[in-house]
Amino acid sequence: MALSAAARKRWVTAALLAPAGLWLFFFLALPFLAILVFSLGERAPAGGYQPALTLANYLNLPARGAAFLNTALLAPVGAALCLAIAYPAAWFLALRVDPRHRLLLVALMIVPFWTSMLVRTYAWMYLLGARGIPQLLEMIGIENIRLINTPGAVLLGIVYGYLPLMVMPIYVSLEKLDRRLLEASSDLGARPMSTFLTVTLPLSMPGVMTGVALVSILLLGEYLIPQMLGGGKVYFIGNALVDLFLQSRNWPFGSAIAVTLVLGVVGVLLITMRIAWKVSGTRQMDLV
Amino acid sequence: MTKDFKDTPITPDRFMTEFMRWKRGSITRRHFMGVTGLGLATAVLSRFPGAGVNPAFAEDLGTQMAIATWPNYHDPATFENFTAATGVAVEVNVFGSNEEMLAKLQAGGAGWSLFVPTNYTISTYAGLKLIDALDLSKIPNFSPSTQNPRFTSEGMVDGTTYALPKNWGTTGFAVNTAELKAPLTSWKDFFAVAMNEADGRAMVHDYQLTTIGSALVSLGLDFNSTKPEDLAQAEKLLLEVKPHLFAINSDYQPSMRSTDAWMTMCWTNDGAQLNRDMPEIAYILGTDGGEIWTDYYAIPSSAPNKAAGYALLNFLMDPAVAVKEHIANGAPATDSRVIALLPPEITSNKIVYPDEASLTPLEFGAAATLTDPGRAELMARFKSA
Repeated sequence: MALSAAARKRWVTAALLAPAGLWLFFFLALPFLAILVFSLGERAPAGGYQPALTLANYLNLPARGAAFLNTALLAPVGAALCLAIAYPAAWFLALRVDPRHRLLLVALMIVPFWTSMLVRTYAWMYLLGARGIPQLLEMIGIENIRLINTPGAVLLGIVYGYLPLMVMPIYVSLEKLDRRLLEASSDLGARPMSTFLTVTLPLSMPGVMTGVALVSILLLGEYLIPQMLGGGKVYFIGNALVDLFLQSRNWPFGSAIAVTLVLGVVGVLLITMRIAWKVSGTRQMDLV
Repeated sequence: MTKDFKDTPITPDRFMTEFMRWKRGSITRRHFMGVTGLGLATAVLSRFPGAGVNPAFAEDLGTQMAIATWPNYHDPATFENFTAATGVAVEVNVFGSNEEMLAKLQAGGAGWSLFVPTNYTISTYAGLKLIDALDLSKIPNFSPSTQNPRFTSEGMVDGTTYALPKNWGTTGFAVNTAELKAPLTSWKDFFAVAMNEADGRAMVHDYQLTTIGSALVSLGLDFNSTKPEDLAQAEKLLLEVKPHLFAINSDYQPSMRSTDAWMTMCWTNDGAQLNRDMPEIAYILGTDGGEIWTDYYAIPSSAPNKAAGYALLNFLMDPAVAVKEHIANGAPATDSRVIALLPPEITSNKIVYPDEASLTPLEFGAAATLTDPGRAELMARFKSA
């Protein structure tokens, strides 16, 4: 059978795309479709799903309004804090560190990811608990400090847990930065600060926005950290979903919340990517 | 086997010492089994294939089966011995909640031939025809006359036995008496102290059944109530107490051990463990009520190997096996034959075996309570407030 060169090219492309395409279809599109169908159904008397066609679950969304609000606050605040700490670190790693030490320092940044998030968060429970840092503070006379189960502990856990996800994309975009541009800028009389603001920062915006998107999307579904470091007293969408699926087994309502959450994630992605395109003047994507 | 166990030359004191050493991880299970003689019982069992299994069991048990159960709830040797005796390998699936087990069985194809549901789910399973009525003639080791009827009756639906009890326990509260001097005897006290002396130091479960149930009890209402007017009162109390709580979390041992928390809703096993390691932590059953619970063995209708499911269930009902299960998980037994095999140190532990009188006000959680949408929404409002 003789295929023209163009037809063969098409077949090769299709064959190469097939694994990823099938994966997306079976593990993303189909489950999302199932969630969509569930969200229009009713809770069976003993929990779970029974078929129906109703928007009642969506109309009931205000019953989890507090969870949506808490999450809508947590995601940007957490991402902003991560960014504030990650940017200088990434800048230092990419532009200031002796290249001989760079690999080691970047590796050290990623090493904590080799341990389960659960285990690391548990470790923080002990560090922040009465027998941890507060006991050390007591030795130097600072008494009755409560660290664990406070909003501050939740933010600390978030920044600790998601920092590498913010550092890496920024590091990558700064590392690719053409150093000659920085020299040119300073040759033309720009001070370091204005070089940073007019050259370095705009060129690293794709990395910044990728980091912000990665961290805020994961924060929208965050469940573990508020549960473990916030004492379960602060309620996020992730916690509401866990309760609806694993405790009260109200799958349709949980599905409606999940669909809304997915729409929120898409919204965050669109906004951050649009900002990145506008600022960097290119549609080149810098997903790590 | 019972005889071998009793004849081993070990004093009750020594047994408890070794038991505690093993629990603390100072010695291995094998050493523990060896010095206490429990290992001998094991050895005897495995030397006589079929011991503990009804010899009338002529039918083919196959070569493997699966059981769904809870974390740290069995002596691993139990399954090894069963395999040695019958040739059936047992795959153990561990679950974190009844809701997950139910979801898995409802979805079909769970593949379990035996599983361990809690009392308040039995009627739901039976109603959905997800579990079989048990053929007691296949479980000769089950002895109704030595069982406490309070526990066996929860395994029945309309007089038919669907499940046999494994271990039971209570939901009370643990108090660090070194930190909290106020005398506490009831759930009413619990919530009052949580808002005063224990401000910022009290924990409640992240579980509507016990948290709402105990709040209802403290108000003199029914633990299982789903009446909107009762729930409104409980909600008022819970919202009032929330700002004073240390946490809403069912994983309360770490916080009690670090003394971050001074008081918590608590299940029997956790109460016994906390008290063992920190004697200042007392475990209290509310005089005004609270929960009593029992875990059961049941056979799914979809079981791929029912013969082996029955054989394992019968094996587990053997007192010599059940006593080891008790020692492994620390929760009390329902069969007086098992209790008779335990050293007095365990049976005299008031946390594990409370006085009958203190159990009287306690109630079993009901299926309707667990699945009630009104309670689920109340819990969500409490947590998000």
